[in-house]
Amino acid sequence: MSKKQHYTITVNGKEEEFLAEPRELLIYTLRERLNITGPHIGCETSHCGACTVTIDGKSVKACTMFVAQADGKDVTTIEGIGGPDNLHPLQNAFKEHHGLQCGYCTPGMITRATKFLEENPNPTEEEIRFGMAGNICRCTGYQNIVKSIQAAAAEMSAVREAAE
Amino acid sequence: MIPAAFEYYRPKDMAGVLSILEEHGDDARVMAGGHSLIPMMKLRMADVGHLIDLQDVEGMSEIDISGNTIRIGAMVTQHDIIDHHALSAAAPILREAALQIADPQVRYMGTVGGNVANGDPGNDMPGLMQCLDATFHLTGPDGEHTVAARDFYEAAYMTAREDDQVLTAVSMPKPAGGHAYEKQKRKIGDYATAAAAALIVKDGFTCASASIAMTNLSDTPVYSEAAGAALVGTSVDDAAVGAAVAAMLGDIDPTEDNRGPIAFKKHVAGVILRRAIERAWSRA
Amino acid sequence: MKDEVTSREERIENLKGMGCSRKRVEDARFTQGKGNYVDDIKLDGMLFGDFVRSPYAHAKVVSINTEEAMKVPGVLAVLTAADLAPLGLHWMPTLAGDKQMVLADGKVLFQGQEVAFVVAEDRYAAADGIEAVEVEYEELEVLVDPFKSMGSDVVLREDTVDDAGKPVDGAHGPRKHHNHIFTWEAGDKDPTFEVIDAAEVVAEETMYYHRTHPCPLETCGCVASMDKVNGKLTLWGTFQAPHAIRTVVSLISGIEEHNIRVISPDIGGGFGNKVGAYPGYVCSVVASIVTGKPVKWIEDRMDNLMTTAFARDYWMKGRISATKEGKITGLHCHVTADHGGFDACADPTKFPAGFMNICTGSYDIPTAFLEVDGVYTNKAPGGVSYRCSFRVTEAVYFIERMIEVLAIELSMDAAELRRINFIKKEQFPYTAALGWEYDSGDYHTAWDKALKTVDYAGLRAEQAQRVEDFKAGKTRSLMGVGLSFFTEIVGAGPVKNCDILGLGMFDSCEIRIHPTGSAIARLGTISQGQGHATTFAQILASEIGLPADSITIEEGDTDTAPYGLGTYGSRSTPVAGAATAMAGRKIRAKAQMIAAYLLEVHDDDVEFDVDRFVVKGAPERFKTMKDIAFAAYNQAIPGIEPGLEAVSYYDPPNMTYPFGAYVCVMDIDVDTGTTDIRRFYALDDCGTRINPMVIEGQVHGGLTEALAVALGQEIAYDDMGNVKTGTLMDFFLPTAWEVPNYETDHTVTPSPHHPIGAKGVGESPHVGGVPCFSNAVQDAFRAFGLRHTNMPHDHWRIWKTANELGLHG
Repeated sequence: MSKKQHYTITVNGKEEEFLAEPRELLIYTLRERLNITGPHIGCETSHCGACTVTIDGKSVKACTMFVAQADGKDVTTIEGIGGPDNLHPLQNAFKEHHGLQCGYCTPGMITRATKFLEENPNPTEEEIRFGMAGNICRCTGYQNIVKSIQAAAAEMSAVREAAE
Repeated sequence: MIPAAFEYYRPKDMAGVLSILEEHGDDARVMAGGHSLIPMMKLRMADVGHLIDLQDVEGMSEIDISGNTIRIGAMVTQHDIIDHHALSAAAPILREAALQIADPQVRYMGTVGGNVANGDPGNDMPGLMQCLDATFHLTGPDGEHTVAARDFYEAAYMTAREDDQVLTAVSMPKPAGGHAYEKQKRKIGDYATAAAAALIVKDGFTCASASIAMTNLSDTPVYSEAAGAALVGTSVDDAAVGAAVAAMLGDIDPTEDNRGPIAFKKHVAGVILRRAIERAWSRA
Repeated sequence: MKDEVTSREERIENLKGMGCSRKRVEDARFTQGKGNYVDDIKLDGMLFGDFVRSPYAHAKVVSINTEEAMKVPGVLAVLTAADLAPLGLHWMPTLAGDKQMVLADGKVLFQGQEVAFVVAEDRYAAADGIEAVEVEYEELEVLVDPFKSMGSDVVLREDTVDDAGKPVDGAHGPRKHHNHIFTWEAGDKDPTFEVIDAAEVVAEETMYYHRTHPCPLETCGCVASMDKVNGKLTLWGTFQAPHAIRTVVSLISGIEEHNIRVISPDIGGGFGNKVGAYPGYVCSVVASIVTGKPVKWIEDRMDNLMTTAFARDYWMKGRISATKEGKITGLHCHVTADHGGFDACADPTKFPAGFMNICTGSYDIPTAFLEVDGVYTNKAPGGVSYRCSFRVTEAVYFIERMIEVLAIELSMDAAELRRINFIKKEQFPYTAALGWEYDSGDYHTAWDKALKTVDYAGLRAEQAQRVEDFKAGKTRSLMGVGLSFFTEIVGAGPVKNCDILGLGMFDSCEIRIHPTGSAIARLGTISQGQGHATTFAQILASEIGLPADSITIEEGDTDTAPYGLGTYGSRSTPVAGAATAMAGRKIRAKAQMIAAYLLEVHDDDVEFDVDRFVVKGAPERFKTMKDIAFAAYNQAIPGIEPGLEAVSYYDPPNMTYPFGAYVCVMDIDVDTGTTDIRRFYALDDCGTRINPMVIEGQVHGGLTEALAVALGQEIAYDDMGNVKTGTLMDFFLPTAWEVPNYETDHTVTPSPHHPIGAKGVGESPHVGGVPCFSNAVQDAFRAFGLRHTNMPHDHWRIWKTANELGLHG
């Protein structure tokens, strides 16, 4: 065991301060220390993306980052993307288009998709499949995930256009 | 999968990095994005007593294109490369290769420095850097050193970098001619079954120069001088490509793994190189 | 009143009952990160347990030294077999009638086997403790090949021999060898052999259905909490069969069943991985009893792939005979089944090879014989049904390959060969040569629809042109047309022949209607993504006339749910779905009496109409189910008890037999072995369709798992018994990039014996998909002389096939 260090991380807009061993993996910090259990653990070797969060504007697999690396950073999880009163269009679209089954990959999937659509607001199907390839789903075969993301992109575009 | 405990450092400058390296010797490791090292630590296959995180070190995240030289800081990520328009215009092969590495999330974290310095034969950047005839910039207690990418790799995870040195940047001449990075893999996130980087300069209807390097077909990346030479002066016709492939096959030394037996890998290496040459030539 | 102006169609629509694509009620919490999976559970003072695992596949455990581990800060206990032996818990019964070491009892039989259980204050201390446990091993000869194991002098399991070294009987009869587990037979041997020996045409083939793994995205795990004050044990876990787990825990621990509460919270996919009982569950319970604190155990991905619940590993040797015209006359199948170090198959007790005897498939085969030999090796135990009913994937793969091989032998088109051998519509119910009574089917209609939709003749013409072009050197790509027609056997099952550990495989539903006309229903099953909370409410909505949106479905808590055998083998809809409908009908029967009383007519003078009872011939006189529910609780009705509740335990009279017709069009790069799925058409007939959207989602998912298995997914071992595919780098789970879009279609042939005619669908796409993908690969090479090559068809194996056929010049 190494000495505990003092860390400050902003998670979903809230500053969190705590003591932890540097080897604590960010996914456990979120899930066990801060009780933010939306991001999940699937493979632990950065292949499945169930643990995906957004850190300073990047999609990151939280199983492959030490809490020490995240010190001082801004983290967004599925819990920060939308809740009962302000659902994100992606959350709605996944429900509407049956983009999930067991739900285990869903938080990481939607979190990744928010970032993906930020970078590519009007993607083709091929671009969606490539841009979402860091997230594994065992249930849906992806067809309805792709459909959900297309639908959310269309809705978000419409909202943007209406605002302009 | 929980790693053993370690001391963590996040120095602000290179002097800080070097002093920790000096104090702890080979018990210390520098880490960039961590996407090679952290899984190894979690599997307890890498034992790191002192972990030096380079993320706050100044001056390692820039991409400079000046005149005929491109310089890429070691902390530049694959995502940065994909996203950098000037770099994509100056050296499109970098973007083409970076898009074939791992997956989107890993590309946000995976760095050029980590990819080239680790010495993992599966990494794509080392072969690419050899193709581009890049130079690696190392900083150590004795100051700055440079090593040619083509001289850097000695064996799997064994490189010309000393334990007390840090790879800070790669630089390369702005590539001319046509390019291609061709990679066969089992799925997104996999290392190459075989990958080929090719740069070809055309003069009229003949090949003026050609540079070819292969990935994951030996315990180091393989720069195949002979393969390039086989193309020079030819019209890159079928015979020339065949000769280049034959020359390359003489330089690689693949081993059997889950991706397949040696004969298969050699066959695929030939097909992949042929496709890389054809695409590079079509763009030259 | 609103009801009076609402049309009948609107009333039907308002119910969101059977047949509509109702959106899932589960999704609100999952899309907001508010699912509750077992690893999300956090209890005061909770400890973490994890295993020291064997690096060797076969070794004597000479000594275990836990001294240093106990010095690691935060480590509280290290359990070994020596600690469990006085409690009789160092071994546990498996679902297959065998027993399995909970912790290494003197030796280890597979790599990754559980050797010691370290209990610590957090996962970090547990991991450090594991590193500090010193185990001395003495390596023994490793047997990874079942054929070699059957001839080896090495005795893998000391409990298989008597003092003289002679094999003793196993759970399913005599052993042929000390490493032999069982022989299981179905059908008639001599008549089958006579038919085959005398046949005009015989095709023979040996095929290996490789070892793979269900690999749900969430691994297995549990939290055990022993409340010593009340003597109650609560066990949360990733259990596909929570009630069975409760009974098993009670039987092996001696804790009375009413003092055990098993809870399956949200489950992150199962696919068969979470049916069995694992050492982690037993050790967590013991550790909680020992420490008096809750103990959590969660597998990591390597543990999962290496130790819990592999699937397949079947060596299948077949002979199929036919007339020159292609009419099949007989089928013989012999299987050598590699079960690993312990027989931990999850099959009904009387079926040690599951329903492998459905291997006559969709064809009218007059005589057949099946024999299966189970064998021990130095591999992980398991043999679960990965997204299929018991061994049905193996059976369907076998027959769908044998058909292709026979077509080659006959120089016949494989689609036509299928057509002339299908069981005809008028033959149902049809008793197959290996014993099963197929309840219903219309194979010709489904097949014709499939072939017409994909323009089968056009595909064959295109393929022939491709072969010409290839031979002329114009292309290096071949085209494969993969066909499969499958019949599944699901919904285990009738208690007369289906039990697991003596527990009959009925299932259950209990309904309570609330006074204001909403309801809760509890079932003995447990969803792992199938959407039960959505679809079972639809069944009830149609049966009892209350809106699905007003019905809560609850599963997984053994203190509240009625007893049932859980969710696997596509049994939820065939069994629990039937129980739901039957319980709904009991509600309706009582509601009819109440309605008649309220309408002041005789019981027989009212009839059910969507959401109400109406007076026959006077539809303006009615009572809605909502009215009736209120009256049931608030009005004294002579001769009728207050309340509106019902429970049904449903023992199905037969299995159900979903079927389907799949076509896959694939391009293959002969030089690199890469594949490109250009088109995949899937027609499923699962009987009555409850929710088309959910069915389509199940088909997409099942096909994708089939694609993975056929094209690369395997648990591979080297000669020393080391697992070569222990992480998701090497164990193939496709991403969105590797997966095509699928076309789905259907016919509807309701099950005649199921209350609503439904048959189950979750596993069909996997069962039918694997042979379809495989047949596409093999079909591409048929013109060049290929008869059969084994899966997985990853790049190098396809390349090897092309190479051996001389296609590389």
